[in-house]
Amino acid sequence: MSLKRYDVLIIGGGVTGVSIARELSRYRLSIGLLEKEAELAFGVSKSNSGIVHPGTHNPPDSLKGRLCVEGNWLMREVARDLGVHFEEVGELVVIFKEEERKELLRIKKDAEILGVPGVRIVDRAWLDEHEPNLNSRAIAALYAPTAGIISPYRLVYDLAENAKKNWVEIHTSHQVTGITRKDDFEVCTDQGVFRSRYVINAAGLFADEIANMAGITDIKIVPWKGEEFMLDKKKTGLTRQLLFPLPTPHSKGTLFIRTSDGNPMIGPTSYEARSKTDLSTTEKGLNEVLKNVRRLVPSVNKGDIIAYFAGLRPKAGNDFIIRHEGSVPGFVNVAGIQSPGLTAAPAIALMVVDLLRKNGLELRKSPTFQKHRQPTEHLFAIPFSRTKKLIKQDSAYADIVCRCEMVSAKEVRDAIKRGARTMDGIKFRTRAQAGRCHGGFCTTRLMKILSQELGVPVSEVTKRGKGSEMVKKERGGK
Amino acid sequence: MIKRDLVIVGAGPAGMAAALAAHDAGVKDILLLDRDQYLGGILNQCIHTGFGLQYFKEELTGPEYAERFIERVRKASGIEVSLQTFVVNLTKDKVLTCLKPGAMLEIKAKALIMATGCRERTREMIFVPGSRPAGIFPAGLAQKLINIEGLMPGNEVVIIGSGDIGLIMARRFTLEGARVKAVIEIESKTRGLVRNVVQCLEDFDIPLYFRHKVSEICGQDRVEKVRVVEVDDGYREKPGTEFEITCDTVLVSVGLIPENEIIELAGVYDVNNIEVPGLFVCGNSFKVYDLVDSVTRDSEKAGKLAAEYLGSLK
Repeated sequence: MSLKRYDVLIIGGGVTGVSIARELSRYRLSIGLLEKEAELAFGVSKSNSGIVHPGTHNPPDSLKGRLCVEGNWLMREVARDLGVHFEEVGELVVIFKEEERKELLRIKKDAEILGVPGVRIVDRAWLDEHEPNLNSRAIAALYAPTAGIISPYRLVYDLAENAKKNWVEIHTSHQVTGITRKDDFEVCTDQGVFRSRYVINAAGLFADEIANMAGITDIKIVPWKGEEFMLDKKKTGLTRQLLFPLPTPHSKGTLFIRTSDGNPMIGPTSYEARSKTDLSTTEKGLNEVLKNVRRLVPSVNKGDIIAYFAGLRPKAGNDFIIRHEGSVPGFVNVAGIQSPGLTAAPAIALMVVDLLRKNGLELRKSPTFQKHRQPTEHLFAIPFSRTKKLIKQDSAYADIVCRCEMVSAKEVRDAIKRGARTMDGIKFRTRAQAGRCHGGFCTTRLMKILSQELGVPVSEVTKRGKGSEMVKKERGGK
Repeated sequence: MIKRDLVIVGAGPAGMAAALAAHDAGVKDILLLDRDQYLGGILNQCIHTGFGLQYFKEELTGPEYAERFIERVRKASGIEVSLQTFVVNLTKDKVLTCLKPGAMLEIKAKALIMATGCRERTREMIFVPGSRPAGIFPAGLAQKLINIEGLMPGNEVVIIGSGDIGLIMARRFTLEGARVKAVIEIESKTRGLVRNVVQCLEDFDIPLYFRHKVSEICGQDRVEKVRVVEVDDGYREKPGTEFEITCDTVLVSVGLIPENEIIELAGVYDVNNIEVPGLFVCGNSFKVYDLVDSVTRDSEKAGKLAAEYLGSLK
């Protein structure tokens, strides 16, 4: 049994948890982070759409509103420091009828109160010029130029890598089973006890259960499902901005999304899931998304879809819950972080640091903090001239493993060196298996590379952690 | 930039047949590329018999069928083989950009034959609802895992679709000691060869459900079961016909599609209407054939046409 003692212990290794960890690593503190899954970003974050929202979809008096606008600004610096691809692409909230204009103007006003930069109404002529594949029946749109795209996985992994470099200790496959309070908190996991002066609950879908363990009973997380459908990379240029319909009271509607990896994405649905582990996709969801998205971009075909998945939003009422618990001094809840949680993450991290400071944590800048990170190379994202240079440095860049997405053996090994432990971990980091053949051709090679790099038999390689072994046994074995 | 008379992309049955036919027709500067480490392509994992009945009038296994061509390719003085070579770009002028360990090459081809084969349609393409645990495999991947890597993907298997690879794998899994519980086919007849239904399912008492579909794959970390439902002629679910099958593995065998992503880079989107002079597409990348014998014949024609084209340039 380990008995580690930290100044701050963060529960949850999604974008919220790692953003807080990395922000805290600027100070002279001992910091730990616990994640129950085999890898980081395997919970809510893995299904994020990667939109860096400008802040047009939140009430002005909400935490969401303020932190989204602030986060949109801060995200650029995070991306620059970590070498994560971020692209400002802008967003359009599209209307089709004159009656809808009033609502559009209301959204614009809210955005202006929040200080969203550059929002304006654009007319049909503008749309013809700047978004040619948009439905010709659209009459106008609200344009928010500061909307951007980022890879949600790479953001989490790169934040975590930088946090680790700045001495944050990250423990994956550690599920919290109980929290007690003596002088310090004692956080029990299935792999030992951790002590800490402060505990931050960033446990996503399970934030209510973690809060309960600390004696906080007024948080309830409802899993709210979103099904998303990924299109073939061949459709990359179909749109230029992120396309939104007018929002409903319950969701932002069905969107046409550009992603950092190049594949367009359509979705999400929005309804209460059967449980916190229900990640199934449905025929109903597919039909609904296709029907809705064709209102925005009529040329979308069912045959363009190469992949689909479902994610669960951790819904706790309408706003984020970010607060220090006066009844349990030292315990901070960061719960209900649904959209725009990824955008807001850098701002949430600052807010949490401030809460800790106000509640007695002494913050002294660490003289050794390194904010930069050596960027990861992705052949799919660079010109051939650069690929040629990389091959001269390491011949394994020319050893292509994944043909659909052009991923080399070198990138796969790098991903493992930087923390990938599972087939999904490799997919999220490199895109190998994420293309149109769905791993039909590269799975065996990837399994062998994982087995070699991790020093485990190939029969023990998993899709996403224990219990999800890719194969049952060696041929002829037991 | 390297210059060659004839470049052939893909060294499976199609590419090898095309290379040999062109060689026989007098082309002596041929470069045969393949991304894998050996010649023969997918035939290497097809260790069952049934190959060559038409072309050789003999019953061969996949590797045996491939070997007959590999031997001739190795002996042909005008054919150079380049393995582990991956094409990343193609222009309208037939300039290929290739990666091979340690190098990026540019190759200008006077004539170019694409013999890039096909890929399996996936679970994602037929929209099977449900979760995404470990244990769902395209049938061809399961074949590779067992026959090439020596790994057993699972113990209790349900197969979606009655494509030939799925049928072959039903027998293969059974012979390896796994239990194949059902083949679920949405159509009213098999997609595969009748001989495969007889030899791979009926001989092993494996049930084949026509006009049925898998309505949900269930399981958290690993496949636990599938839900199956009967459908009517319009593929609509018939109420009250649903049943469940517990299993740890789902194979998907719902057909193959030609792999033509490389020629798309040169602006060619229709293999029946290629506007780039000297570019030919053959074998399963032209059209998915039932038998390798037909792939060989089709590709020999491409080899001859390429030779004629090169002759016309002189």
